[in-house]
Amino acid sequence: MSEPVSALNGASFDGTVAVREAGLQGMITLRGDLSSAKMKKAVKNATGAAIPGTREIAVSRESAAAWMSPDELLLMVPYDTAAEALGKIDAALKGEHYLAVNVSDARAVFEIAGAGVREVIAKLCPVDMAPGAFEPGTIRRTRMAQVAAAFWMVDAETVRVVCFRSVAGYVFGLLCDAAEPGGEVGFFV
Amino acid sequence: MSTRLAQGGRLLNKDRTLKFTFNGKHLKGVEGDTLASALLANDQMLVGRSFKYHRPRGIVASGAEEPNALVGLGKGARFEPNQRVTTTELFDGLTCESQNHWPSLEFDVGEVNSKLFARFLPAGFYYKTFIHPRPFWKHLYEPFIRQSAGLGKPPRRGDEDSYEHFYAFVDVLVIGGGVAGLQAAKAAGEAGARVLVMEQTAHWGGRAPVDGGEVDGQPVDKFVDEIVAALEEMPNVTLRNRMMGAGVYDHGYVLGYERVTDHQPEAKGPRHRLWRIRAGQVITATGAIERPISFAGNDIPGVMLASAVRDYAVDYGVSVGDRTVVVTNNDDAYRTAITLKKLGLEVPVILDARASGGGRLAEEARQMGIRIETGKGIAKVKGGKRVEGVAICAQAGEGAVLEEIKCDAVAMSGGWSPVVHLWSHCGGKLIWDEAQAHFRPDVDKAPTGDAGEAFVIPAGAANGALDLAGVLADADAAGRAAAKATGHSPKSAAAPVGKAVEEAAIEPIWLMPQGAKVQLRMKAWLDYQNDVKVSDIQLAAREGYESVEHAKRYTTLGMATDQGKLSNINGLAILSDALGQPIPQTGTTTFRPPYTPISMSAIAGEAKGPLFQPLRKTPMYDWHADNGADFEPVGQWRRAYCYPKRGESRHGAVNREIKQVRDSLGLLDASTLGKLIVKGPDAGKFLDMLYTNMMSTLKPGRCRYGLMCNENGFLMDDGVVVRLDEDTFLCHTTTGGAEAIHGHMEEWLQTEWWDWKVYVANVTEQYAQIGVAGPNSRKVLEKLTDDDIGPEALTFMGFKDITIAGVPVRCYRISFAGELSFELAIPASNGRAVWERLIEAGAEFGVTPYGTEAMHVMRAEKGFIMIGDETDGTVIPQDLGLGWAISKKKDDYIGKRAQERKHMADPKRWQLVGLETVDGGVLPDGAYATAEGTNANGQRKTQGRVTSTYYSPTLKRGIAMGLVLNGPDRMGEVLEFPKVDGTVMKAKIVDPVFYDKDGEKQNV
Repeated sequence: MSEPVSALNGASFDGTVAVREAGLQGMITLRGDLSSAKMKKAVKNATGAAIPGTREIAVSRESAAAWMSPDELLLMVPYDTAAEALGKIDAALKGEHYLAVNVSDARAVFEIAGAGVREVIAKLCPVDMAPGAFEPGTIRRTRMAQVAAAFWMVDAETVRVVCFRSVAGYVFGLLCDAAEPGGEVGFFV
Repeated sequence: MSTRLAQGGRLLNKDRTLKFTFNGKHLKGVEGDTLASALLANDQMLVGRSFKYHRPRGIVASGAEEPNALVGLGKGARFEPNQRVTTTELFDGLTCESQNHWPSLEFDVGEVNSKLFARFLPAGFYYKTFIHPRPFWKHLYEPFIRQSAGLGKPPRRGDEDSYEHFYAFVDVLVIGGGVAGLQAAKAAGEAGARVLVMEQTAHWGGRAPVDGGEVDGQPVDKFVDEIVAALEEMPNVTLRNRMMGAGVYDHGYVLGYERVTDHQPEAKGPRHRLWRIRAGQVITATGAIERPISFAGNDIPGVMLASAVRDYAVDYGVSVGDRTVVVTNNDDAYRTAITLKKLGLEVPVILDARASGGGRLAEEARQMGIRIETGKGIAKVKGGKRVEGVAICAQAGEGAVLEEIKCDAVAMSGGWSPVVHLWSHCGGKLIWDEAQAHFRPDVDKAPTGDAGEAFVIPAGAANGALDLAGVLADADAAGRAAAKATGHSPKSAAAPVGKAVEEAAIEPIWLMPQGAKVQLRMKAWLDYQNDVKVSDIQLAAREGYESVEHAKRYTTLGMATDQGKLSNINGLAILSDALGQPIPQTGTTTFRPPYTPISMSAIAGEAKGPLFQPLRKTPMYDWHADNGADFEPVGQWRRAYCYPKRGESRHGAVNREIKQVRDSLGLLDASTLGKLIVKGPDAGKFLDMLYTNMMSTLKPGRCRYGLMCNENGFLMDDGVVVRLDEDTFLCHTTTGGAEAIHGHMEEWLQTEWWDWKVYVANVTEQYAQIGVAGPNSRKVLEKLTDDDIGPEALTFMGFKDITIAGVPVRCYRISFAGELSFELAIPASNGRAVWERLIEAGAEFGVTPYGTEAMHVMRAEKGFIMIGDETDGTVIPQDLGLGWAISKKKDDYIGKRAQERKHMADPKRWQLVGLETVDGGVLPDGAYATAEGTNANGQRKTQGRVTSTYYSPTLKRGIAMGLVLNGPDRMGEVLEFPKVDGTVMKAKIVDPVFYDKDGEKQNV
């Protein structure tokens, strides 16, 4: 079997922050009644995480559940376990009205790391990145320059960005441009 | 002459010399200079030529309001026109050139012309003179005017610098870093609000350090140092200088324009940064701008605002002249006289237009021995390229000269106008302050937010508080109010107390002398940059331009790059006088962002070069690029149009690709096709409403081609619908339709059928999709899979999950090329690998990748329609012979009702047919078939048009599809299609299916 390859095959750049394509990430779009007990169980079974609150991401070891909309979650699991996780969801939600679909290959994931990550995001996204306003545990689905993106903080100096696979090159270019040395803003201190 | 003084210059570091050039002349300045102060230090009084008359012009102001001193700055990719020298910080190696002169700044032909013809160029001259005869405008007048008009020249090369945006969110945004802005920030910051202060210059404190005064018993400049230090210590306060508040918009949205490296162009980092700010409250502490006085010759180089003369002396140690006449209608200008005198310069006379004269500052000047003439003004300024003297007259008279005084500079002050621009941008209203003779914010009519609450607070001079005590008290209150409005509790600390010399009242002077005759009024400039004089405004009023907005456009008052910062109030006062109405009744023109011009590149931000637009790439994009693909844009995607071999034309490549598919085997990257999962118990019912066909009857495991119309009945998308299981459908859309159709589905589900149990997900990018087409397509797949894909196991319009090269693949047996063909949906991360395996395995069949053009031609040979070719938003499926795809059994579907309306059911709607050229040539795209006679407009009548046209290498002739009146009933008839070159092509109406009418090729 040929090895799956992520959109940019692990491209990286060192600027005011380190930018790297994080490689393949298992992802499942899950839609349904987020308040139901079965849904809670399905998410727990698939990711180990609880149902996240509005604009939140619940992390459990290598997996996570992220809030996307009032009836949609994005579940993240290791790439090669996506099918297995999907099976667990289908089993838990049998008979319910829901939609669960593997979108692992539809996306690209970037990790940016360094003291300036808040600034790099604030150059590209209309989001308040000030400490206190955006912290680990928060996720935002928004616009990054001209494309759709979502991001969350892994820790105080690390942000993960998800975008569609077809625009991975564009988003990588945006992040590198925003991390160009000399462009430090000094707003979040 | 202007020169650098031995002493003074509080902003300078005289130890560091900076070299620069002006019109090729090598000059020197020092660190801390603006380009304006450096030019003046080199006695460069003449800096440009005016827009219309090419009059010599010098520096008038010291800040953002400067109308005259615009230069072309930099060279090559860094050339930028219309840069104000007063806001350009000097750096080593700066090069600039003056604008709007020919052949040289010193000798200009345009000026000679204007001296001969000036009386022919009053307001509205162009409108009146050049309107007849009509053709003369385009061929004679406009080219001539364009040659002589205009300011800066556009750069010839692309911009090589980088730019960026930055999104910031604050409680309180303070625009202006003068004492008002600083105090407001402190008051808001101490209450705990998140505060951002922006100042357009490189320095804090605004005018206060130049104008003097005391705060809490210490000099104001010391107060500025201390408050800046205090604010820098506050973690919730951010100070940014070299950053202008460009515009205030709805809901507290503000644009800040930060000039990051303009002053050090070799430094790393972006040149400009556009801040896109959301603020809870906006404080406009934007100060005030001094007004010129309208007297004859007020545009001669050396005539300057009194405050600017003072700024150049105090801030930059530059004297504008040895002998400076001060002319004023208020006390503030006395400060200039006193400052100059203290520096040892001559002030021959202060002309105070007020009969009663000035207050304590006047007294101080008098005690210093300066001659003061009250009730007097300037009849005219003597001189050409620089001031040589002034003729004095009585302000009350008509300009009879009482005395002439030699001087080389004139410092004028017509009073101060608060900078109300940012207050006004989003709807803040103004009131006329009679006592101070200016418009100031009407604080009861502020710009309002979504809940009707005020979100802008003016502070300090921008609010009409012109003395230091008033400024500080007002600013402190503004800061507290803003903090309170954003949910913070202001502290009870006392505001600092300012103390300045008491001043006598201003007396409005709109024309000097008040009875000036027309010869003087014709030389009394209002708008320096656009060459508008007092006489022009008066003429406009006489001709009926009573609205200030009309008068502005008729005369061009305030329409230049400075947007009338100096001219507007004087102009509308003249207009009011001419109309015999009070100033508030005339009102102001509209203040629009940006406050001063901002760079286009800052607006673009990062969106230039490779980041100009997102390019969407399929998983196989790099393979295509490596294998010589000639790409075409399809929305934001880049798709291979064809794959030309060395020396092969596009046309040749397309023909070769088609032949190879028809004869053997080809591969198409179809990954861009939209793929939407529709799931739920009501999914079938939902798709029956969305598609014209019946989809609920589709069996799991089967595919069906479907048509989708909008509410108006027009065909908007098509594609193959797959039923994956009882509850789940996969809808393929066109490449361009994926996002729009997804949105269409969500809209109906969320707004109309919210109780239907259906979920939709867009999985377009999850799959790389490969079209495998041609007689050998099954053979190549059989080489790579152990699964049975034989004619019985996988029938036409069926699908099967198989494994290819170890990768799970969904294999559809569908055809768009009219050959035996399959489409493979592969997880995108394996897309390129499977593609490469197919290329390898297909080698024995001479496999070729084929592009979008070959795909288009082959579908046209089969008579398959293409959304966007056969449809254009006005075409319904019935027009296209697609009645078979419209279910008669369904009660309803989106578009059904519209299609039943009279016009839509009209048998005279043009219908789809094939067109076969008589001579075998290719019809031009979009060509019309003519009919007999002409319409009401005298145009030839038409009876059809070409929708798709190609050369078919299979049939070795031109083929086309088109919409023709009664087309299907007219088989065999020959239509005429006139071409642009005047010749006519003939084409026979035929069946649109040109190739393999019975579908034998695809059913094997």
